[in-house]
Amino acid sequence: MSAISIKKTNKWDGGHSPFNLEYGKVMMWYFLMSDAFTFGAFLISYGTIRFSSVGWPDPNHVFKTYPFAPENVNAPLVFVSIMTFILIISSVTMVLAVQAGHNNDKKGVIKNLILTIIGGLAFLSCQAWEWTHLHHEGAWWGSNPFLNADGTASTTNFTNYFFTITGFHGFHVFSGVIINIVMLIMTCKDVFVRRGHYLMIEKAGLYWHFVDLVWVFVFTCFYLI
Amino acid sequence: MESTTAHAEHHDSGKKLIYKVTIILTILTLIELAFGFWMISIHNQLARHFIKGIIVILMIAKAYYIVAFFMHLKHEFNNFVWTILVPLTLFIWFIISFLADGDSVKNLRNKYDRYFESQSHIKIEKNEGKPNDTAPKH
Repeated sequence: MSAISIKKTNKWDGGHSPFNLEYGKVMMWYFLMSDAFTFGAFLISYGTIRFSSVGWPDPNHVFKTYPFAPENVNAPLVFVSIMTFILIISSVTMVLAVQAGHNNDKKGVIKNLILTIIGGLAFLSCQAWEWTHLHHEGAWWGSNPFLNADGTASTTNFTNYFFTITGFHGFHVFSGVIINIVMLIMTCKDVFVRRGHYLMIEKAGLYWHFVDLVWVFVFTCFYLI
Repeated sequence: MESTTAHAEHHDSGKKLIYKVTIILTILTLIELAFGFWMISIHNQLARHFIKGIIVILMIAKAYYIVAFFMHLKHEFNNFVWTILVPLTLFIWFIISFLADGDSVKNLRNKYDRYFESQSHIKIEKNEGKPNDTAPKH
């Protein structure tokens, strides 16, 4: 027996997992890779249309206000930077929850999961406010009240892409919050204590970080450039 | 005894790394935002494109830190990392060809479609802060 295990040094000779990862985590990674292609296709489609248009609305003109702002305020990038930081911080608390899980620290997992869920809900509230605000200005799928940056007439491409892509991302945030709530309930019910490990938190964590990752791209493509 | 202290040390350095990556992500975001604010006052198209390029590089740096450290991919086995990264290299072709295609469509329409070309130069009077007539009435 020992003679066999000494000879087998190649990862692909069998007898052990070549990736040294559990099945669920490997599959979560491949799901996220396919999801990256979905978001990538959306964003590249947006880029293609933008490259084929002569004019495009100025994001600093469209996204220039925040909740409870005075009338006619001109504060571009302020609200969306708050949203970005909310998501980064909730990603950090998720890493801390995963790490607490490594140390079998149930209290730490619960605390950090609750913080992550609060962060996710805060982000969703911000997005709900922004969508409502834009809808009141007349923006929706198929209607675009904003002129191009150079003052020429715009098409509805801008709002169509904005609502589709931020909506798809918001749906991911929403499902991430649901997954985290399920993880929280399972942690409170000692499911992971009985299992002896908190590996499930890691998979939920991977999904949550992916949501943050996608926002890095959406934020840059729609608000900054 | 030795293993428990090693475990605690590993725990501590892991936390340190998380805070370090958090600070890096925050700084990168702040630089991005600084460029974004700066760009508002710049009207030279070439300079704007240059700044946009810098913002895209910063975006990729942020993505790297999230995937490598928060998602822990840097510390997985190399053969697993390659199964994730090799398919994603399709994006290189994907982005270049589609954006070039979009640009070519614009140039072709500007050249051959007189109506498209003329429409893209008609300026519409701005009514500040209010939706214009194309917006649906509520």
